[in-house]
Amino acid sequence: MAEPVLSLRDLRVTFPTPAGPARAVRGIDLDVMAGESVAVVGESGSGKSVTMLATLGLLPKAEVSGSVRYGDTELVGADVDTLRSVRGRRISMVFQDPMTSLNPVLTIGKQMSLVMKAHQPDLSKKDCRSKAVELLHQVAIPQAGRRIDAYPHELSGGMRQRVMIAMSIANDPEVLIADEPTTALDVTVQAQIMELLQTLRVEKNLALVLITHDLGVVAGSADRVAVMYAGRIVERAPVRDLFADPQHPYSRALLECLPRLDQKQEVVSSIGGTPPNPADLPTGCPFAPRCPMALPSCTQAEPTLVRFRTSEVACNIVSGGDRAEAQA
Amino acid sequence: MTAPLLQVSDLVKEFKVRAEGGKPGVLHAVSGVSLSLQAGETLALVGESGCGKSTTGRCILRLTEPTSGSVVFNGTSLLELDHEAMRRMRRNLQIVFQDPQASLHPRMTVRKLLAEPLQVHGMAKADVPGRIEELLRLVHLRPEFLDRYPHEFSGGQRQRVGIARALAINPALLVLDEPVSALDVSIQAEIMKLLVELRERLGLSYLFIAHDLAVVRQIADRVAVMYLGRIVETGPADVLYSNPQHPYTQALLSAVPIPDPTIELGRQRIVLQGDLPSPIDPPSGCRFRTRCWRADERCATEQPTLTAVQGAHEVACHYPGAETAVSVSGGAR
Repeated sequence: MAEPVLSLRDLRVTFPTPAGPARAVRGIDLDVMAGESVAVVGESGSGKSVTMLATLGLLPKAEVSGSVRYGDTELVGADVDTLRSVRGRRISMVFQDPMTSLNPVLTIGKQMSLVMKAHQPDLSKKDCRSKAVELLHQVAIPQAGRRIDAYPHELSGGMRQRVMIAMSIANDPEVLIADEPTTALDVTVQAQIMELLQTLRVEKNLALVLITHDLGVVAGSADRVAVMYAGRIVERAPVRDLFADPQHPYSRALLECLPRLDQKQEVVSSIGGTPPNPADLPTGCPFAPRCPMALPSCTQAEPTLVRFRTSEVACNIVSGGDRAEAQA
Repeated sequence: MTAPLLQVSDLVKEFKVRAEGGKPGVLHAVSGVSLSLQAGETLALVGESGCGKSTTGRCILRLTEPTSGSVVFNGTSLLELDHEAMRRMRRNLQIVFQDPQASLHPRMTVRKLLAEPLQVHGMAKADVPGRIEELLRLVHLRPEFLDRYPHEFSGGQRQRVGIARALAINPALLVLDEPVSALDVSIQAEIMKLLVELRERLGLSYLFIAHDLAVVRQIADRVAVMYLGRIVETGPADVLYSNPQHPYTQALLSAVPIPDPTIELGRQRIVLQGDLPSPIDPPSGCRFRTRCWRADERCATEQPTLTAVQGAHEVACHYPGAETAVSVSGGAR
């Protein structure tokens, strides 16, 4: 089997807060293969963005432990030079809000040149410019030759996100991490951007890590899905299996409460309660206080990911049932 | 048919702006919107950012003064009321905003936040505490929350406070401006459930302003789709979702992801080309024509008006019809 391009092992991130340490990410294992699209799904505060920021060493104030390997390079605890040689070159990232990630006082051409020059210092000004125009073409920005001299505020939200994507692929990375790339955009623009990301993934054999709260987006664009809750992966499955037969009670509840365009749900289901505070996690399974299936034993020990059919699930009840099934 | 609770006719809102080069310009936010709402009915006003849906909602309550048009609520023409009469009228029409963090005063407790509208509208002091407790029960918040401040709540709980505040003085109509779009999905579902429950219990009418068509489907009786300041299609929700006639409605519906990989894989997606034109200089004729695959010369010169397709289903398009967009649908999936 092929080696993963990016491999996370027992990644943990803790932030010191006045209320005590907030354990935002509590042991994540994730492998990403070349050319595949992996979605990391969760609600606000589940730790999905923090996981990816820690992957790229973008959380200097947090305590990060565990391992993140890109090829033979270990990124956790790596020095700045190592991180810089990987960030934007081998692994690049697209953020949610292109307006705050672009520099408002530089033209987009200038910003794109800076990104290229950082990793290819020998490129001439002219080469940078022609490469930038070519990249803008690739992300389907009309009149690229003119738009290159525009400032971010002169572009629409969708165009700005295209520019961000063009910058992220400027140095031919192998992994593209997209953190809620369409959340700030309108739905018709979202469709344009998701289509663009999929085209680039196929053409460039990019590994795409899609961080999102939107299971609808996941359904159409991911091969595999990891569902996060309270800093851990609670279920990992091929996309079809997750949607057809979710195993973890949280995954199931999340899917059931999604409003659907193609049907009017007579009964609106919802998940009661709120996610736990990462500085004050309950003992046992963090979802137990909101779980409709919870047993007293669920508050004793926190379950770990266990293989169950085509998925991996961290739930005492599901894996307990599996054992019962095996015994029967 | 009984007279509608709310009748908006030919509503126009233009903002003076400084266009390129500092020249004065006009931003056409709402350009002739007409809609009506029966008692107990939910009408959803949908569209993307900048289409004028929120401005329409604000104009109905006169939180923004419309440039022209008429708004009749229960037989009273709102735009003719003086300031004081309009203030009294607002006990019948209330609004819930998208972000309860921004719309609730951070230094007022829930008790004060709920008491304020009651006092403003002249409830006897002795009746206020009882009404506050009743409101809290109505939105399923515990009584011990009364002395807490907005920042002590989760987003969903804050929105419950926002809804309780809007309901304090027993309005007949709620304008809900993106009431769930700032919330996580699991919380979103809870608030939607509450809104459906309150509608039935209190006989409320909703003008539900939203961009999320999947959410709208769960609550709307009728839907009006806006594009660049105009309603392009309107009709009963079931009809509009199953048989959209306007190319923009079709594109909008096809862009909404469905949480089912099997369906997603087989879907024909219409990916619109280009960007939304500027409302400072909207296209002539049909405003959607610059992105429309059916447009021809007629669309540039002649503005289409809302015309009945069947019954209450109306579309503003010279070439309405079932989807024929195969040639423009891209798709690398």
